[in-house]
Amino acid sequence: MRVYHFTEQPYPDAWLKDAESLRAILPNKLLDPVVAANLYHEYLDAWQLCDEIGLDIFVNEHHSTSTCLTASANLILGILARTTKKARLLGLGFPIANNSNPLRVAEELAMIDVISRGRLEMGFVKGVPYELHPANSLPVRHTDRFWEAHDLIMKALTYHEGPFSWEGEFFQYRNVNVWPRPYQQPHPPVWISANSVPSARPIALRGHVLGTVMTGYKAKDLFAEYKRAWADSGRKGPVPMDRLCYAGFVGVGNTRDEGRRRGDMVMEYLRTNAIVAEAYKNPAGFIPAKPAAQMIKKTGKMTFLSHDLYAKDGTNLGDFSKADLQCSIDGGLMFTGTPDDVYEQMVDFYETVGGFGHFLMTAQAGRMSYKDTADNITLFAKEVLPRLKDYTKSRAKSWGIPERAVA
Amino acid sequence: MLDNPPDAGPFLSVNAIKTEIVRRGSGKPLLFLHPELGIAPAAPVLDTLGVHFAVTAPSLPGYGHTEFPRAWSTVDDLAYFTLDLLDALDLRDVILVGVSLGGWVAAEVATKSCERIAGVVLANPAGIKTGDREHRDMLDIFALGQKDLEAKSFADPRFAAFDPAAATEDEVHVRLRNRETTVLLAWSPYMYNPKLALRLHRIKVPTLVLWGEADRIAPESYGRSYAQRIPGAKFQTIAKAGRFPHIEQPQEFARLVAEFGKSIS
Repeated sequence: MRVYHFTEQPYPDAWLKDAESLRAILPNKLLDPVVAANLYHEYLDAWQLCDEIGLDIFVNEHHSTSTCLTASANLILGILARTTKKARLLGLGFPIANNSNPLRVAEELAMIDVISRGRLEMGFVKGVPYELHPANSLPVRHTDRFWEAHDLIMKALTYHEGPFSWEGEFFQYRNVNVWPRPYQQPHPPVWISANSVPSARPIALRGHVLGTVMTGYKAKDLFAEYKRAWADSGRKGPVPMDRLCYAGFVGVGNTRDEGRRRGDMVMEYLRTNAIVAEAYKNPAGFIPAKPAAQMIKKTGKMTFLSHDLYAKDGTNLGDFSKADLQCSIDGGLMFTGTPDDVYEQMVDFYETVGGFGHFLMTAQAGRMSYKDTADNITLFAKEVLPRLKDYTKSRAKSWGIPERAVA
Repeated sequence: MLDNPPDAGPFLSVNAIKTEIVRRGSGKPLLFLHPELGIAPAAPVLDTLGVHFAVTAPSLPGYGHTEFPRAWSTVDDLAYFTLDLLDALDLRDVILVGVSLGGWVAAEVATKSCERIAGVVLANPAGIKTGDREHRDMLDIFALGQKDLEAKSFADPRFAAFDPAAATEDEVHVRLRNRETTVLLAWSPYMYNPKLALRLHRIKVPTLVLWGEADRIAPESYGRSYAQRIPGAKFQTIAKAGRFPHIEQPQEFARLVAEFGKSIS
């Protein structure tokens, strides 16, 4: 099991009460650059600390939003590639269907991999609907553009015989010839995020890592589909643990109260994440008309983006943006309390969904201070991670599942 | 090119594209190109126009139940489809009418060829860029909430009423599909073809630009600017109507089109 510390690098001073939208249309006059500089430094310091205490690093990117100041995952990873020594550097990731120039993304990824001496984990995401407007990215055929960008980047990173041309539906290049080439051969591990069962299949067919983010116990169905598709693809043997990833929230303390207090601070992520102006939530065509019509007929409403959380027994716990701490624990999103509590909750979740090899840990959100963040991740690294590693290692062994995929 | 005879039912095959089509009334031929909302066979405007004309109203590719080829992505594709449709039905001396996005398609068609066209009516048309680079000509309908969009599009938003709970799944699907196709065609550049304004001089047949006065998506000055770029084009407004005057004022809309039709015959 590898564990990665994550923060969206939020800018909570701009989270005005009753704001219609914290994303896309919020004016940037609400940002004080001096405050932002301090925040960036603190967030980078926490990732630097991870390198020293045995945690890995997870960075994402969002655009035009106060919920996440990482407008470029590659820039942050570029800094950390030089300043860290051991941590794996996961970008999950790069919204490649929203980027007008995937070739530039490939170049930056190769640079990060080389500067970090082969520590890049390269994640691609389809992105959230509310960033299509800021990216000016066409919502229709978005998935097709995603896969074309993926195919182009993969070829750009693995083809070493001089320039090739690319004349696709969405991207055209006359001279693709990326310098440097990646440090890891044939290429850095590829991750792709998915939150719905059908999306797990194309990821498994390519043998990439499946990253499920905030899916709660639904992760079990996604992992099961991944395993079916893996077998269907003709690959021999069980799915190695490092092909499966789950992302959740952590608040750990020396006492249960302290842990839960931190857990509650991390919940700020859920409470603010989906505050988005109506028109940006469901851009027409992002979800194809047919399945969207079925969803609308089910709910009787013209909006259909669902963030519902489910308990272990399948009970619907409601919209996660309105969940309280206990609800998010029951929904398998949050692991919180003392190190013992966190360990037990995680083992229970791990068993319920059938195991996974990476845990992405949101350990900072909202106004959580650097001190709380550092204590949160240090306690996890010292008091939870060693046990968790032992446990998952022996569990994988007992299931006859390799921990790592052999390239 | 036409695989089934016109009386085979509501679908025609136009250049192998299965096309939903409504025909209504009698008289001189009129081809009606619907706006981004699509067109329902029960739309009152088809009857009011049908009093004066033999109306043909296709659902354009991607709208209603008409197929949309995977390789297509632009209004230009719809314009060539419309030319194929005119050929397929062997329509001659047609009055070509288009509203909003359909007006954009009609303008593109007429700049390519007026061979089968006797006159053009563009109602609240989209399709050209008139302002500077830091101001869009039209509100971004893809960035408006539903209520806001309806209030700015109609003089009386009750004309926009849609209850998803009461609608069939097919009706919901068509509504979403119409919007999806509109996004594909008009997302960026937003609602215009940078080349169209430079080609409008090619429309060599009599042209009428109609404008629903209550349109708050695009200003009347946009419509006037459109008319000025087409040689000899007339400009007329329609009261108590917004962006879709054929929906809010179907009688007045048909009366003005009929008057235009008479004036050019």
